[in-house]
Amino acid sequence: MTAFKEPLLHVEGLKQHFRITRHYTTKAVDGISFDIYPGETYGLVGESGSGKSTTGRTLIRLYEPTAGKIIFDGTDITDMDITDRAKLGISFAFQQPVRFKGIYVLDLLRIAAKKQLTVSEACEYLSAVGLCAKDYINREINGSLSGGELKRIEIATVMARGTKLSVFDEPEAGIDLWSFQNLIKIFEQMRSNIKGSILIISHQERILNIADEIVLIADGKIKNHGSKDELLPELLSQTASRGLCAKFPQEV
Amino acid sequence: MMADKIQERILAEVADLHSVPTGAYNIRANGETASRNTTANIDIVTKAGKNGIDINIKSGTKGESVHIPVVISETGIDETVYNDFNIGDDCDVVIVAGCGIHNSGDYDSKHNGVHRFFVGKNSKVKYVEKHYGEGDGNGKRIMNPGTEVYIDENSSVEMEMVQIKGVDSTERSTIAKLNAGAKLIVRERLMTHGKQSAFSDYVTELNGDGSAVDIVSRSVAKDESYQKFDSKIIGNCSCNGHTECDAIIMDSARVVAVPALEANSIDAMLVHEAAIGKIAGEQLTKLMTLGLTREEAEEQIIGGFLK
Repeated sequence: MTAFKEPLLHVEGLKQHFRITRHYTTKAVDGISFDIYPGETYGLVGESGSGKSTTGRTLIRLYEPTAGKIIFDGTDITDMDITDRAKLGISFAFQQPVRFKGIYVLDLLRIAAKKQLTVSEACEYLSAVGLCAKDYINREINGSLSGGELKRIEIATVMARGTKLSVFDEPEAGIDLWSFQNLIKIFEQMRSNIKGSILIISHQERILNIADEIVLIADGKIKNHGSKDELLPELLSQTASRGLCAKFPQEV
Repeated sequence: MMADKIQERILAEVADLHSVPTGAYNIRANGETASRNTTANIDIVTKAGKNGIDINIKSGTKGESVHIPVVISETGIDETVYNDFNIGDDCDVVIVAGCGIHNSGDYDSKHNGVHRFFVGKNSKVKYVEKHYGEGDGNGKRIMNPGTEVYIDENSSVEMEMVQIKGVDSTERSTIAKLNAGAKLIVRERLMTHGKQSAFSDYVTELNGDGSAVDIVSRSVAKDESYQKFDSKIIGNCSCNGHTECDAIIMDSARVVAVPALEANSIDAMLVHEAAIGKIAGEQLTKLMTLGLTREEAEEQIIGGFLK
């Protein structure tokens, strides 16, 4: 018997290469390994093009990995498809949520929750993401919803699933100030209610503040990995000195 | 009323009828009238000399409905039925038509329904038509609806036409002529599978100032089926016209969309839109990340699209 906790997710030597031409392959993710432990929150950070979103997408099998192994909750899921991984307990909030014709907010929440949620149950998820529930429950998830509204509904579907692992791909992108503050509350709530692990792919240091641990990716490789207290100050001074944070204001 | 279980089920499919409808109705089964009811305001009269009925709705009739479903459960029936709706002024009525064919035999069963609507002034008409086919015989299930709509001043007609399952071949032709201030809304939902073919042809003439038409067709073509949507709007005055065809294509199906506009007046505002494409991969992916299989995800997307 080991005294250590088993990781919920174990990623080992993950590579995701994309062949662009006959002679050129881009190595989006190039041999990364990390663990996610139950009930903990992780921040996956890196500049645009560093491979952080690709890593997240590979976790739900949006792509077939070039190499590597993924173990989730004791099961090797490397060759498992999107549906089976979802059923096993991985949720993913897309950076750019999809629109549908004729599928309503209530429908999507019911699919996510895997049960016939009552309207009031569904409304709770919407209220949590700051949407006035009765105005939205019967809205079609189409072009009539703004980017910010879609994003909040996307987050509500992940909450409704309540799985062991929830991955959020740039949850702050396209969200206004008011909901940004709520976003942090949502992650805190999810942590206490669902008690699942959360992986946040983000640049936003205010979101990373709630992470227990941070994984920094550059050029498809892990550049640094450690607790938030160790890594965040370093990260901020680096990005500030390079002026990268101008794009993501620290004081809003 | 009919005792036949097959006929009862078909009636539920095409007209949402689970028992005798309230209000006026005429149920046609296997080529003859099976039952009929008229009301003080709505009269139904059998045509002399040819198949069909006249449905006469008195001026001022409000909040009433007429059901005229057709059921065919014998193989080898081939009929053409002419139904005329004479709707007075200041009416507000709902008309539910629809045809269901159960063909377990080896001969083709065919229903050609010719519906003509003569709508008076200031009236409001809602028309619902559902087509459905079933049965495992070799005989085909064929429906060719012909619809003519004449709408007088300031009346509005809303038509909902649905064909989701089991009709092997259909040729739909709709002609509409609108006077001043008249409005026509058409919502068509169509799904074809197997080797089915469906043609849908609309010609709308906007003849009076302030008239407007809005035709929206949403369809799904599966397997090796074929669909052709042809919609022409002719604007002869100050009017608004919009026609839209939005199709999901799957497997080896084929879809043709031919929207056409003809403006004969400088004040005619006419718009057409047509889009044909497969189910968006990202929609499937999203639903699969919620735990649905690819097939379940497709079903959800198609179900929503045709809702």
